[in-house]
Amino acid sequence: MNTMNPNIVNETATTETRAVSAADTDISHADNGYGETVGKPFTDNPKFALRDVEVYYGDTQAIKGISLDIRKNQVISFIGPSGCGKSTFLRCLNRMNDSIDSCRVKGRLELDGQDIYDRKRDVVELRARVGMVFQKPNPFPKSIYDNVAYGPRIHGLANRKSELDDIVENSLKKAGLWAEVKDRLDSPGTGLSGGQQQRLCIARAIAVSPEVVLMDEPCSALDPIATARIEELISELSESYTIIIVTHSMQQAARVSHRTAYFHLGHLIEVNETNKVFTSPQHELTESYITGRFG
Amino acid sequence: MTDQLSQAELVRQSLKRRYRKEWRFRTYGILAIGVAILALVILFTDIISKGYTGFLKTTVTLEVPLDPELMYLDDPTDPEQIRMADFVAPLQQALLNELPTAEKGDRRELGRLMNSYAANQLRDQLQANPDWLGTTRTMTFLANTDVEVYVKHKDDEAYSIKLSDQQQRWVDELVDRGVVESSFNDVFFSSGDSRDPSNAGIAGAIVGSLLTMLVTLCLSFPIGVAAAIYLEEFAPQNRWTDFIEVNINNLAAVPSIIFGLLGLAVFINLFGMPRSVPMVGGLVLTLMTLPTIIISSRASIKSVPPSIREAAEGIGASKMQVVLHHVLPLALPGMLTGSIIGMAQALGETAPLLLIGMVAFIVDVPGGFFESATVMPVQIFLWAGSPELAFIERASAAIMVLLAFLISMNALAIWLRKRLERRW
Repeated sequence: MNTMNPNIVNETATTETRAVSAADTDISHADNGYGETVGKPFTDNPKFALRDVEVYYGDTQAIKGISLDIRKNQVISFIGPSGCGKSTFLRCLNRMNDSIDSCRVKGRLELDGQDIYDRKRDVVELRARVGMVFQKPNPFPKSIYDNVAYGPRIHGLANRKSELDDIVENSLKKAGLWAEVKDRLDSPGTGLSGGQQQRLCIARAIAVSPEVVLMDEPCSALDPIATARIEELISELSESYTIIIVTHSMQQAARVSHRTAYFHLGHLIEVNETNKVFTSPQHELTESYITGRFG
Repeated sequence: MTDQLSQAELVRQSLKRRYRKEWRFRTYGILAIGVAILALVILFTDIISKGYTGFLKTTVTLEVPLDPELMYLDDPTDPEQIRMADFVAPLQQALLNELPTAEKGDRRELGRLMNSYAANQLRDQLQANPDWLGTTRTMTFLANTDVEVYVKHKDDEAYSIKLSDQQQRWVDELVDRGVVESSFNDVFFSSGDSRDPSNAGIAGAIVGSLLTMLVTLCLSFPIGVAAAIYLEEFAPQNRWTDFIEVNINNLAAVPSIIFGLLGLAVFINLFGMPRSVPMVGGLVLTLMTLPTIIISSRASIKSVPPSIREAAEGIGASKMQVVLHHVLPLALPGMLTGSIIGMAQALGETAPLLLIGMVAFIVDVPGGFFESATVMPVQIFLWAGSPELAFIERASAAIMVLLAFLISMNALAIWLRKRLERRW
């Protein structure tokens, strides 16, 4: 139904933005061949302020100039077809791309107003504030207790055994795993089922009390029941954490996130409140994707 | 319809061909394994059947009359008298007593049945127990090598019997009377090399091997593992690291004798370290083992799943913590296996040690890293090259001991891997 040309789309976006908040500004970076990002990429008091982010793997450019704000204590989901750069972009936010030698990141990425890629920035401290949950559940080959206690231990968050016990218990409770594992904290974390392992990984990530949790397709290896459990958990966690989730499931994005960002071939095409993206997408690519014409 | 039928027919035909191919391939595999097992069986039966006699010693048990007049000795505590005394006479007399057919004129011939060290053994025992003088004692001596060869191999064409017909009759009689016996060869495991095969043992070579291996292990394992961790985890990927990698792989393929030359030139000629010592041997073998350990350690570090690394980095573990807490524990079984196999290789190495002088004839069991020593494979090399057939069975026995060491080291590697391996 929305088959208008990009210019008209942008106009609509601008009016929309003004209608919601005066502080929200429109973007005006260089034309990327797909038009500018439509919707509302910018917000007040963002947790993350990302401007003109470009990522290169050697000579190939994976992210082609993305500007986006991420609000505090909200869930934002990144959707888009495979290879669109959403995972790469996510991994820039806690510098997980650092370990890839050929990877270079350009642009300004700020967490609470401080540059993430600053030379003086300590990546260990950054990752303590921005935790991560991966696509495949990857518990350490250690006991359940040690899995959760590992982060607090290396960061020196607990001085006494009892404090550490409390952290482990609280994290497992928040991750909704406590009832299932409280009698077998000493058994290996790798012996749990896939869904339990992923919740263990979430417990491990939140044990260091991060401000942000990045989730890279956390449910793609799980069955529908485990997925529902994790989604429930994401909604609960969003009260106290900023959550950024990459997903291939549009239903999941629709269920758990406040905002949704649609990526396409390294470009950020559209960002808006989730219900707006799914009910009235403003860009034809977004519409094609969510109606299943490609992706 | 007809098309489908013919297609099914085609598939069926190709299936038959595929199954035949599979069967052929499996048969080749079984044949290959069969040949390997057969070769192993032949090797082991040959070594064991030829060498088991090396684990037997031939002893002579005699009632030795410690007669002061016979020995020209009054006081065993007087060194001067000990030096002048005759310790062969009591042995000859004892044999004469055992053999009613022998006459007094046969004393010399009889004495040849005794081991060349028997008189020394008698002297040492008498010095230790001076009150034995004047009594008759039951004592056990090693037989002469010629007697040993005769007792063990009198029916074997390959061995030449050096005893005269008269001596052969005496030995037969002594065997019948239970004076000459064969028993487990403890001398072989408790003494060093000797010119006399019946006194020769591999204790010196075993201790030499252990000292050399200790040096090699203490140097090559930490250096190898540290190099592997640095190259795999910390080194940037550039032309220098590529160059280093190529060179490590080249070093692994360098013939071991070259490392011996290097050791001779650097450690002995340049640094002035002594020849034939376990320290230099260990250093040379370290150079030889390092590439093996580095390559296998790098492989086992590479096999640690990247997801574990990411998980730790994602929580905020520093590079060092990721390596120490996660990568190393998971890679350790592989590293240990690689190192033990490298050590087993070093244990069997002969050529480089020949060049640094560990081939010398050394009688004493070495007491330290800077004392002259030899190692097991070199000892085998020395004995195998000896013209005396009695040494050949020693060499076979030594090969069995070396094989036992190698097999137990490999078994240890397997056990460690099974024990330390963590599943996820």
